[in-house]
Amino acid sequence: MPAEAVFQARGVTKIYEMGEVKVHALRGVDLELYAGELVVLLGASGSGKSTLLNILGGLDTATSGTVLYRGTDLTRADDRALTHYRRHHVGFVFQFYNLIPSLTARENVAIVTEIADDPMLPATALELVGLGERLDHFPAQLSGGEQQRVAIARAIAKRPEVLLCDEPTGALDSETGVVVLDALERVNRELGTTTAVITHNVVQAGIAERIIHLRDGLITRVEINPRRTPAQELTW
Amino acid sequence: MRAFDRKLLRDLSTMRSQAIAIAFVVLAGVATYVAMRNVMVSLERTLDDYYREYRFADGFATVRRAPESVRERLAEIPGVSAIETRVTAPVNLEVPGFDEPVAGLLVSVPEDEQPLLNRLFIREGRLVRAGREDEVLLNETFAQAHELRPGSELTAIVNGKRRVLTVVGIALTPEHLLQVQPGTLFPDPERYGVLWMGRRALAAAYDMEGAFNDVAFSLTPGASLDDVLERVDLILDPYGGVGAYGRDVQPSHWAISEEFRGLRTSSTTLPIVFLAVAAFLLNIVVSRLITLQREQVGVLKAFGYSSGAVGLHYVKMVLVMALAGAAAGIVVGLWLGALMGDLYLEYYRFPALEYQASVPVIVTAVGLTTGAAVLGVLGAVRRAVRLSPAIAMRPAPPPLYRRTLLERLGLEGALDQPSRMILRNLERQPVRSLLTVVGIASSCAILIMGMFFSDSIEDVLRVEYGVAQREDLNVTFVGPTSTAAIQELRALRGVRWAEPTRAAPVRLRHEHREYDTAIQGVPPGAYLRQVIDTDLQPIPIPPEGIVLTERLAEILRAAPGDEILVEVREGARRTRNVPVAAITQQYVGMAAYMELSRLNRMVGNGQAVSGALLLTDSRAEEALTQALRERPQVASTVSQERMIASFRETMDRSMLTMTLILTLFAGVIAFGVVYNAARISLSERDRELASLRVLGLTRAEISFILLGELALLTLVALPVGFLLGSIASAGLVQAFQTDMYRFPLVLSRKVFGIAAAVVIGSTLVSAVIVRRKLDRLDLVGVLKTRE
Repeated sequence: MPAEAVFQARGVTKIYEMGEVKVHALRGVDLELYAGELVVLLGASGSGKSTLLNILGGLDTATSGTVLYRGTDLTRADDRALTHYRRHHVGFVFQFYNLIPSLTARENVAIVTEIADDPMLPATALELVGLGERLDHFPAQLSGGEQQRVAIARAIAKRPEVLLCDEPTGALDSETGVVVLDALERVNRELGTTTAVITHNVVQAGIAERIIHLRDGLITRVEINPRRTPAQELTW
Repeated sequence: MRAFDRKLLRDLSTMRSQAIAIAFVVLAGVATYVAMRNVMVSLERTLDDYYREYRFADGFATVRRAPESVRERLAEIPGVSAIETRVTAPVNLEVPGFDEPVAGLLVSVPEDEQPLLNRLFIREGRLVRAGREDEVLLNETFAQAHELRPGSELTAIVNGKRRVLTVVGIALTPEHLLQVQPGTLFPDPERYGVLWMGRRALAAAYDMEGAFNDVAFSLTPGASLDDVLERVDLILDPYGGVGAYGRDVQPSHWAISEEFRGLRTSSTTLPIVFLAVAAFLLNIVVSRLITLQREQVGVLKAFGYSSGAVGLHYVKMVLVMALAGAAAGIVVGLWLGALMGDLYLEYYRFPALEYQASVPVIVTAVGLTTGAAVLGVLGAVRRAVRLSPAIAMRPAPPPLYRRTLLERLGLEGALDQPSRMILRNLERQPVRSLLTVVGIASSCAILIMGMFFSDSIEDVLRVEYGVAQREDLNVTFVGPTSTAAIQELRALRGVRWAEPTRAAPVRLRHEHREYDTAIQGVPPGAYLRQVIDTDLQPIPIPPEGIVLTERLAEILRAAPGDEILVEVREGARRTRNVPVAAITQQYVGMAAYMELSRLNRMVGNGQAVSGALLLTDSRAEEALTQALRERPQVASTVSQERMIASFRETMDRSMLTMTLILTLFAGVIAFGVVYNAARISLSERDRELASLRVLGLTRAEISFILLGELALLTLVALPVGFLLGSIASAGLVQAFQTDMYRFPLVLSRKVFGIAAAVVIGSTLVSAVIVRRKLDRLDLVGVLKTRE
């Protein structure tokens, strides 16, 4: 196991105020993520895994606790610093792809590479996820699995240090989901990008080196997976 | 091109119909502003240049007869830089092929050279030559009205003798930009014109050789007009001076200043209101448009675009719409302005209109609209980027709905589910609903502002020429005449009734305020000239005291019971204290009234009359015209009908051309706003509506939910718009008050009706377009990509 911790979270809590209701999404989470590893955050809906991922990615801030990214405290960072952090260090993949509908696959990747320091070519990133043939299609002309692979290409094109994926297969059937997970695995393997994948699907957790179980805003168990299953062999 | 910018263009193209509607709102605001302001700026510059280049005099004086040697003494007055003595004479004319009475003013000019002051712009032909006694130059409007050209002939009754005059030139002068016949208020070029004749010829005809009866002078920079006028009066008094006066009360200049004041008001107030409304609407529309992009803002921020970059992106998007509209608005505005300029040139007769695009005007128009658009964007973007990207990317959390007021009042049985949805949606976003209502209401209000004026004008005509002035013909005598003249007129064929009039020039003083006007003498029991009170009811002329028009009373700050000082400026020039007996309402002009014999006693030259009002028999009109023309004591006759026609023409020119444009653009703005409100509501709620379709609601039912809301907002907006429009129109009426006119605020049902029809029409058209979009709603697509 690589010893270098990319993330170090201590006592992280998050409380959402939804109108008149207070939702305790995280109730004190301690966590480390190590360079180059592929982890799965496993938990049911409402367990707090998305919230945790959003905080790691600088999309949201913790109510209390500290999150260190390579020694820098993200909980103390202002919007400008978080923007810089996201721009240069993090790639995101969302459940609903969040492609810009008015841009083609290539342009959706370009919108990120244009602001990155050392990006790969958009076409290269798309080839890496098996979409070299569909560069100039608009999101509406792509299937769900293809759209999600565009989103992965978009996330990795800037060569981020970490890749954060929130239910990347959540909107896909299992066959397409396998293709997407395979793409993630390949990126992790070939680029050495630290990758965290959220899922509620126990089978998918098989691809991870470590499986972090969450329930009701707390980490209940961290499981080391000695026998990783290649994505292509998964079925659910 | 960067992908970020490509997104911009594609997004713009996707929402092109909305973008075009927004651009049109900007276009309407900018075009109105640019056209009207530019015309005004150009007119004022043209007038200034014209006055300067053609040496319009600073002061004037009229005398009965002064020897030319007096000229030297006038020239020695400190502050006087140039003097031009002249002979002038009112004259009756006969123009071939025109049977009605035509009056003219003969003004002397030096032979073979330009006068020192009030120079002539020769449009055609030449100056009069020495030794040619029958040569005249005609004012251009008069010449055109009768199709007279150099070489044409016309007959003048000069000092009782008919003389045939030959036209040698067509000219313009700053002194007679507007040729208004004394006793009337508006120019009527068919019936009144200025003619220039050689000084020697004119002096010979009127026994003025070696003398003058009129003088114009200019001042050195910094000289005091009042001091000079006082000294001129002192010198001219022994020769029958009637009081020197400055350029400010010179009839043509006064009329043009009053008209320009009206124009300036309408060309400033109205377009600014338009521009402000357009800017406000733009702000609302744009801010809603950007609010819709909340999720994309979240995604862009998640990628690491800074809040500034995202803001700039949307600013650019809106600037494209606003600047496209502004650019088109400038082009349309300049074109319209040039068109309006030509119209004004037709009327004001400058040698040429110096029409120039005014840079400050354009900068203001573009700055205000784009500024409002950018502020609208920034507000919305600031709200969107303030959210953490994780929250922004999620659809906005389900808002807290409540039972509506109606439901809480226990009327829920009266509402079905869709109606409940409409009401709850409106109640949930009160600010937005309010802004939409205000937006639609302001477009309704500017429609009313654009249109109400013609009704006010009709009311002025009804009161002035239906109630107060009932004569068919207004006859002015050469000077005060005995009352026997009225008996003679009554005996003429074609005259059904005649009443005397008497106008005495006076200066009215109250405390330190003063005003020069004429007191009209009204005989007791007069039928043709009614003095009306502030409720527009005729009142009998009080036997004692003076009646002031409301505006004059305001200027003098005098109320009934106050004593004012009357300085008579003719005859024995007496000064008397006279109590104010009543205040009268008068829309046109500003006069004072006294009982006729009381006025005559005050002036002190017996029972004189200065004119007559006639009711005529239209069948004998021609004979009557001929008879009046041949009477030497008749200086001029003015027909009521002509008066009304020239009033309408004047109003058309200064107001109605503008209001037509305004109405058109107000319609454009109304449509742009309603359409955008409908489209944005659709975008905001397509998911919700698609879900309802999935649940089995019909197209008509979901249309009802969306369009019912629009209809409800429009219905609420109409009365608000009526109210705003009425308030704004009242403000405009106030701003339009000049010494020459005052307008009543008349808001007819027709104006409200048209304004409502335009707004409702815009709503219907928008509804049809939105309905077609609803029918094509992609149910699966909308639901597929979102939780």
